[in-house]
Amino acid sequence: MLWACVLLPSLALDGVLRGQPPLMQPFALVHGSAQRRTLMAVNAAARARGLRPGQRLAEAQALCGELLTQPFDSRQRERDLELIAAWAYRYSADVLLDPPHALALEVGRSLRLFGPWPRLAAELRAGLAALGFHHRLAAAPNPCAARVLARARDGATAADDRQLRQLLRDVPVARAGLPREAAALPGMGIRFMGQLLDLPRAALERRFGPLLSRRIDALLGARPTGLRRYEPPEHFEARFELATEIHGVQALLFPLRRMLADLATFAAARGCGVQRFTLRFTHAQPPATELAVGLLSPEHRAAALFEVARLRLENFSLDQPVLEFAVRADALRPYTPPGTDLWDARSANPLQWEELVNRLRARLGEGAVHGLAADPDPRPERASLPDTADADTAVAAPASPAPRPTWLLPQPVPLSRPPARILAGPERLETGWWDGGDVRRDYYVVELPDGQRAWVYAPPGRRDGFMLHGWFA
Amino acid sequence: MNAVTLDALMRDRRVWRGRPAELPPSPAPSGWPRLDVALPAHGWPEAALSEILLSTEGIGELRLVLPLLARLTQEGQRIVLVAPPHRAHAPAWQAVGVALERVTVVVTPSAQVAWAMEQCLRSGACAAVLGWLERADDRTLRRLQIAAGAGSAIAFLFRPRGALANASPAALRVEVTPGQLQIRKCRGRVPSAAIPFAPPLT
Repeated sequence: MLWACVLLPSLALDGVLRGQPPLMQPFALVHGSAQRRTLMAVNAAARARGLRPGQRLAEAQALCGELLTQPFDSRQRERDLELIAAWAYRYSADVLLDPPHALALEVGRSLRLFGPWPRLAAELRAGLAALGFHHRLAAAPNPCAARVLARARDGATAADDRQLRQLLRDVPVARAGLPREAAALPGMGIRFMGQLLDLPRAALERRFGPLLSRRIDALLGARPTGLRRYEPPEHFEARFELATEIHGVQALLFPLRRMLADLATFAAARGCGVQRFTLRFTHAQPPATELAVGLLSPEHRAAALFEVARLRLENFSLDQPVLEFAVRADALRPYTPPGTDLWDARSANPLQWEELVNRLRARLGEGAVHGLAADPDPRPERASLPDTADADTAVAAPASPAPRPTWLLPQPVPLSRPPARILAGPERLETGWWDGGDVRRDYYVVELPDGQRAWVYAPPGRRDGFMLHGWFA
Repeated sequence: MNAVTLDALMRDRRVWRGRPAELPPSPAPSGWPRLDVALPAHGWPEAALSEILLSTEGIGELRLVLPLLARLTQEGQRIVLVAPPHRAHAPAWQAVGVALERVTVVVTPSAQVAWAMEQCLRSGACAAVLGWLERADDRTLRRLQIAAGAGSAIAFLFRPRGALANASPAALRVEVTPGQLQIRKCRGRVPSAAIPFAPPLT
């Protein structure tokens, strides 16, 4: 087993800043009660002005007038960690969440697919950089040690227990994530893990209690870590709170691109595609505006998702300024690469058909698309049902030996010209007495002077006053 | 360019060779033997737009394509009618063998007919798309022709005969008048003489 630890030292800050265009001004996340606000994380520009995490907000504002601040949201940080876990899930089925800002993934079994560890490490780093998170990365035979190594030295790799012991020896005890009792160790001259590991374990346990001993066992891989395993959720949801009210759609495109990239990351890691997602815009006044975006086929490329959403937004006007917006995708569809059948250029993929019908209905109205079904009713006007293609309605009508036209006029109209000749008929239809729609007609097939063939009827027994009811098209 | 591309050029009838070359038989025979003989591939052009130009309605213009629709629907493929001028009379369609559950009708104002047809053609989910459009400019026709190629579907566009005055990018243009067919344009063959066409009533 080889565990990689991804440590995200500025997870909260990165999570906020990556949704915005690059920010040159000093920026800080603040937390604490209204009376005692303190800085929680600061960006590089703020650091250059002498601001530090832990400072009082009042003090920071005195130092730096143009400081931008935003309240820290711990739920947002959890969501960002979940997002990175979802991304990591594509490299390993074993992803452990190590809140607040680390996660571990088992990569030993992934090396066959993703190459030796240095290559996989480079890929992980590139992926994290693309997502917009600062990170430290280390690998060790157990997740606990990987975390300690990542904290001590970015890029440290221990392939086996012997190398791990070697690397751990140089880690200061203060940075090994030891329990509180261990705070006394440096005062006793034990500054590095090597010294601690050399001490007799029984004596150590008597002096410091069982917690420290357990922690050392966990570091050496002798105890399991109690970390929660990441289970990919069934749907994707991401929110973005805007710093100021946004009036135009254009200003939403940057954060939208980032969120759809996250959605694509999430879907790709699950081997799924997104076919439908919802954009939700929250205004100062409810209700929120919702915009559904559908695709012709499941998609997991960020650029394609963004393109569709952008096209959809262009035809869309927001009548109120936006405070917050969210992306939600419920139904993730298994991603089927197009062209599944080698011989048939036209694939009979039912998803395509459903999506086509959805598209047509979306633009032309719900009633615009219907199927065709026959009804055994002998009255011509009731023999065709404009049905919504619910399977059971296709009843086989009794085959009629008499000719029937391919087009039927919805309303019979008087025939404007006398027919040139009668081709067939009369055929008496006398029916419908049971429901009041009484019909008594003599039907003829006639040829009109210009060669058209029409289906007409006349009152029983007469050969004038023809009504046109259909065309033999 | 290699020999395969050259073969494809010949097969798609993009190069005129003076005398008609033997073509592989089309997988979409029209079902009307005399028309099939006049068509270079002995059937409707595949993955392309065919125009059917009418002198008036009720002269067998639907019966011309119904054998193809019957065969496609019996194979389980979908066909779509976009903006038909009247209601399709289900018993008559059934009588010639069309599987009704595979037929879908799209009702739309004429401004959206070209859009709806293009969507259906491009989706790759429909084997044939029939559309009724009074007027269509060259650009619209070209889009439909490309969409039919992209979704490898057969497109039929029913238009009044007056449209013959304008050129068209369609692969085939058939003029229907009472009792006869006239091929007005056909990729790969000089249009032939008039073909008698008298579909039976039933």
